[in-house]
Amino acid sequence: MKNRSIVALKWIAFPLSLVPLGLLVADGFSNALGPDPVAEITHRTGFLALYFLLASLAITPLRRLHPRLNWLIRFRRMLGLFAFFYASLHLLTWIWLFSDFDVHAMAHDFVKRPFITAGIFAWAILLALAATSTQWAVRKLGGKRWQLLHRAVYMAAIAAVIHFWWIVKPGVRTPWKVTVVLAVLLLMRVAWKAKEAVRQREIRVPMAV
Amino acid sequence: MLIRKKNEIASSEITAQSDYRNRRAFMQGAAAAGIATLAGTRLLDVAAPRTDVHAATKLATVPSKLSTPGITPTSFQDITTYNNFYEFGTDKSDPAKNAWRLQTRPWTVSVEGEVKKKKTFDIDTLLKLRPMEERIYRHRCVEAWSMVIPWDGYPLAEFIKECEPLSSAQYVQFLSYENLNQEPWIKDISLDWPYSEGLRMDEAMHPLTLLTFGLYGQALPNQDGAPVRVVVPWKYGFKSAKSIVKVRFVKKQPRTTWNESAPNEYGFYSNVNPNVDHPRWSQKYERVIGAPFWKARQATLMFNGYGDQVASLYAGMDLRKNF
Repeated sequence: MKNRSIVALKWIAFPLSLVPLGLLVADGFSNALGPDPVAEITHRTGFLALYFLLASLAITPLRRLHPRLNWLIRFRRMLGLFAFFYASLHLLTWIWLFSDFDVHAMAHDFVKRPFITAGIFAWAILLALAATSTQWAVRKLGGKRWQLLHRAVYMAAIAAVIHFWWIVKPGVRTPWKVTVVLAVLLLMRVAWKAKEAVRQREIRVPMAV
Repeated sequence: MLIRKKNEIASSEITAQSDYRNRRAFMQGAAAAGIATLAGTRLLDVAAPRTDVHAATKLATVPSKLSTPGITPTSFQDITTYNNFYEFGTDKSDPAKNAWRLQTRPWTVSVEGEVKKKKTFDIDTLLKLRPMEERIYRHRCVEAWSMVIPWDGYPLAEFIKECEPLSSAQYVQFLSYENLNQEPWIKDISLDWPYSEGLRMDEAMHPLTLLTFGLYGQALPNQDGAPVRVVVPWKYGFKSAKSIVKVRFVKKQPRTTWNESAPNEYGFYSNVNPNVDHPRWSQKYERVIGAPFWKARQATLMFNGYGDQVASLYAGMDLRKNF
């Protein structure tokens, strides 16, 4: 894909990613968030964070399917930053609407409720990755170290899905879809690694003879 | 303990029932005015799911001194579209969409166990057993949200007298309707069906415990537990069994569905108690249904505000252990 097309597509993707926020705000003002608006805001922001995170994790496996999909890499940072953005709004609903900024209550929750601990852990990782998402940070850290740090996104995604499982009632299975998607995305990486290892060996064996 | 109460829902926030009832006419008018017929009907389904199709029967009620004063009921719309009734799906909006499948006639409630003689009551007999009272109660869900509901019914104690339990009866168990044809969503969640709840005999005999047939002066909409349910206002909502078909008087504490599913999360007593957290969230506050999101947070009251009437039932009990 041409650079110009990518830039144009970015100009479309960015406002498009803000549409769910726009809908949330519009529904909030028109009192259309349903009987339990706090729960609705929490669920929407949480799902959005998860979806953007999964989308950013889909980039690499998709690129490996075909070299012509390489341009997708140019969208990964944007998706990741939107995941962080919606995760932050999700966190804010807990700080504001659930805890009313009561630091003591939040500290208590953090220690006592594993789903909160898992959620904040995931958010903290995303924060670190968002903070080091600039070109400058890549240069400063060096490519190798930067990449190592950004592999923490796998932990963030796993923690986010665990966070989801821990909040639903026992017996409720709603998180299974995102779990399957994440598992597939991670397994595709494992499979690719294994394939690469085999290929490397095949290259090396004749050289050793 | 002194708990400051925030203001209740302003009456201006509540959709007038007449407006709510006329919404279809209003929307149909709008649709006819311009929108294509097909789009119009589809829009109608989205905007106004069938919520009150089975709620047409009016009930004659008398006011009750045991109604909670000074609280404003949640809108009929919210009470009938935000429900936990897992037989009809796990999402709060599912029961309003799916509960029309429930057939509430013919309906009988059978009574068995520690009773003088097994009996079966027809729903129409039950409706006429005692004068129907309007009881406005707070309703607190274990999930930390709350409503105010104007229920219609009479004390469960009056029904229990008709059942003639033996002195050996220590508990009463309620079993809800289970039918895979009408409630196929049962298969979606691994609970031990049919839904079962129970009360200690003195709790069941308490004057606040209501055998409930309606709300807002009309027969219960299916999603709210038609045709007959119990309401125990000082306990979390799941203790108030819906669509009851069997009442069993027993010697020992009966199995109860949520307690069986997660005993560390849902106790047998499940009295509303801001001091005992659910393992996954605090019970100190509740979200008031129908309130705007920035005003939805409200302090939860001990025994849901009914402590003066019911605290004596639990005198000497450790409510942290017996949560």
